[in-house]
Amino acid sequence: MEKRFDVAVVGGGAVGCAIARELCRYEQSVVLLEKESDVARGTSGRNSGVVHAGFNNPPGSLAARLCVEGCAGFATVCRELGVPYSSTGKLVVALEPEDAPALERLLAQGRQGGVPELELWTPRQTRAREPGIASCGALWSGSTGITNPILYTVALAENAQANGAEIILDFAVDAVDRAGDGFILRAGERALGADFVVNAAGLYADRVAALAGDENYRIYPCRGEYLVLDKQAAALLRTPVYPVPRPGVGGLGVHLTPTVDGNILIGPSAEYIDSRADTGTTAAVIERLWEEALRLLPALAQSRVVTAYAGLRSKTVPAGAQNFGDFIVEHSRATPNLINLAGIESPGLTASLPLARLVCRLLSEKKPLKLKADFRPERQRGEEFRSSPPERRRAMAAADPAAREIVCRCETVTRREILTALDNPLGVRSLTGIKVRSRAMTGRCQGGYCQQRLAATLRDEYGVRPEDIRLDGREAWVFTGEVK
Amino acid sequence: MRGEKIFRADVAVIGGGPAGLAAAAAARAAGAERVLVLEREPLAGGILNQCIHDGFGLVRFGEALTGPEYAGRFLRAAEERGVDIRTRTMTLELTAERRLRTLGPRGYETAEAGAVILAMGCRERTRGAIQIPGARPAGVFTAGVAQYYLNRQNMMIGRRALIVGSGDVGLIMARRLTLEGARVLAVVEKLPYAGGLARNVVQCLEDYDIPLLLNHTVTRIEGERRVERVTVARVDEAGRAVPGTERVWACDTVVLSVGLIPENELALQAGAEISPLTGGAVVNGDLQTSIPGVFACGNALHVHDLVDHVSAEAETAGQSAAAFIRAGTAARAEDRLIPIRPGAGVRYVVPFFLRPGARSLISLRVKEPMSRRRIEVRAGGRVLAARKFPRLTPAEMVRLTLREPAPPETETVEVMISDD
Repeated sequence: MEKRFDVAVVGGGAVGCAIARELCRYEQSVVLLEKESDVARGTSGRNSGVVHAGFNNPPGSLAARLCVEGCAGFATVCRELGVPYSSTGKLVVALEPEDAPALERLLAQGRQGGVPELELWTPRQTRAREPGIASCGALWSGSTGITNPILYTVALAENAQANGAEIILDFAVDAVDRAGDGFILRAGERALGADFVVNAAGLYADRVAALAGDENYRIYPCRGEYLVLDKQAAALLRTPVYPVPRPGVGGLGVHLTPTVDGNILIGPSAEYIDSRADTGTTAAVIERLWEEALRLLPALAQSRVVTAYAGLRSKTVPAGAQNFGDFIVEHSRATPNLINLAGIESPGLTASLPLARLVCRLLSEKKPLKLKADFRPERQRGEEFRSSPPERRRAMAAADPAAREIVCRCETVTRREILTALDNPLGVRSLTGIKVRSRAMTGRCQGGYCQQRLAATLRDEYGVRPEDIRLDGREAWVFTGEVK
Repeated sequence: MRGEKIFRADVAVIGGGPAGLAAAAAARAAGAERVLVLEREPLAGGILNQCIHDGFGLVRFGEALTGPEYAGRFLRAAEERGVDIRTRTMTLELTAERRLRTLGPRGYETAEAGAVILAMGCRERTRGAIQIPGARPAGVFTAGVAQYYLNRQNMMIGRRALIVGSGDVGLIMARRLTLEGARVLAVVEKLPYAGGLARNVVQCLEDYDIPLLLNHTVTRIEGERRVERVTVARVDEAGRAVPGTERVWACDTVVLSVGLIPENELALQAGAEISPLTGGAVVNGDLQTSIPGVFACGNALHVHDLVDHVSAEAETAGQSAAAFIRAGTAARAEDRLIPIRPGAGVRYVVPFFLRPGARSLISLRVKEPMSRRRIEVRAGGRVLAARKFPRLTPAEMVRLTLREPAPPETETVEVMISDD
């Protein structure tokens, strides 16, 4: 007999993990199912990491409303969860005089939607904030911020787990069978039962719905490519800078975003593709990203690229469609006890907790939800060596031999931080899992110095055979075995 | 910082590879008392410790040593001279006042040094830096990482490999992977000539029938989880892929040998001027950087092809550091420096300045392969050094010792290549 849960959440992105965590506020058993070997491996881990203010979406839309709500609470949640957050504000800049009306439209749209701290800035005001940006004026948004979307998602999952949720990785749902009023969810030979299913499968939301008998959705993947610049460029920009959005391009336009870790991102492009897994980059797009970036900030010309990546937006409207694809959060019209989320692209990260609360409200229409007395929203974060002042560094090193060794030179990550990352509550042991939790391998040498040390730690201290070490997912082997 | 203990050194050498060890021993020999080597690894020797092939020391010792053997000689020499080698110690900060912050078995410490020698070596250019498009699956390694996995950790990285770039480490890994039973399909080089030494092309590729595809580049890596396919295309003279020339290679491993970059985060932190040509510090003939009392040598200064030359250069830096602490800062600040200008066909020259009256050693690289040329170092009408070369390639560093110092009134020194 398979294990049974009150609610199963399908999808370990920011939204699925937020839902799992919010569901844990109530007396019920919760399981989160993720097809990859870690959370945040899809869209949630491949975006700009911007916490949006909410002025980009039509007033009255679910996306606009939940974005404004999410933005207002984001800093607090990051504090609770021990996730980096920086209140940077944001500039939408008019590069040509004819862009100016668009700024006013955005301002009006934002004010109508209740977005705080919006102002039109003169070129001089803009230059005072960002000296490298040559604009004909800008829209300043004071409530916009940045976070690390992967750590945010990981923190939500860990906090959900600490509050009783079961997080099951490598569980790619391939069948959702009805069983009475509930479901049996299967992944290969494995199966578990749930009274309710929340479909937060992102790019695969239509497929998961269809597995449960609901064919009402279709997802159109839209790829966005990014470049990550070396930290040496950090001084050139402190605010996310966007061009005026152009209608019909499927995104907010190629923008520049400082990250909480001190890099600058260029991107994303917007290109509808057939694959839901092709997160590869292309030479043509990367060339264009550079052109667009230099239009915004010419001083970037000398900057070096550390790496490139791409993410896929899960759109509910196809290429060329003029209508706005709002967030969809609803009871399935075909299958009882199934709640579907679809089209959660930007600003889904910002709106993740409001979305989760909305799911809880929908669920409460179907069954009574009773608050748990012992829900704990806080999550402890390991101490960072790199951001600690000298006195604290000295104390850390004095107290702990593992804090006396730097494993990652570029990002100044100690062995202690590597071990903390390796001992993560979700049990992720991949090199990428360590990377996203510790920042090892993310610097300018891209693991040239530290990755061998991570592999050695896995083998020598955790007993993982070389052939079982993974970069990321199950098939992402790194070694064939020992040298003969 | 409250309760902070500061340790003092005459000379602090950052990095215990071949450059750091030779510099430290030379500084001691030249009279510096307290010489520290700060080395992040448990064992000094640097990258040599993973170079188990031979060929090291042919110039210096007239013997073909393995990397660890070569390093061992310098490690013993440094120890015998009483150099304090602190292993497992990472230098995290350096200021222009020669104050260092280190982390190691002794904790988080601050040091003040009379002179500092930068000997951090170099790092490999990555896939991200050269922007190879496509997926990012497992199975893409830089050559040095691959070498570490095989030689230091005994872990095998794949079965069918394509080598991208023909730097020396890539060539050596082509042979090493072949000897370990992998099939190395080809070495792909964007330029019309190999990036590594001629002897490595012969001994690592030709001897094993591994094709070297010159004027070719990788246009795409595919594979959802592990590398599955790599597309290679011919490039035109501007280095752009020629459409229609693509060929897809099925493989599970890509090894990148696309360049080495001097490691200079600390030099930048301290505010030393860095050359865009070499990626290393701008130095004078004493190998002093733009910061008085901070010297640079080895691959942290400019990437070398032979470790023997690294050792010799590092000894100069060690001697200069010892002289600096004897003379003090003031004596040097007034020196007029004569700039050295690389002439046509010369990619870079190290040092960047000469002191009048000093007989320096000059290192340079040419921009492209050429034959039957003469290189001259000239100060106005005077030829300070000259030599004929039957063949010159960018892979092989040229070294010339000035047979006479630049006259005091010299405006600039020029390094010129002419037909022989």
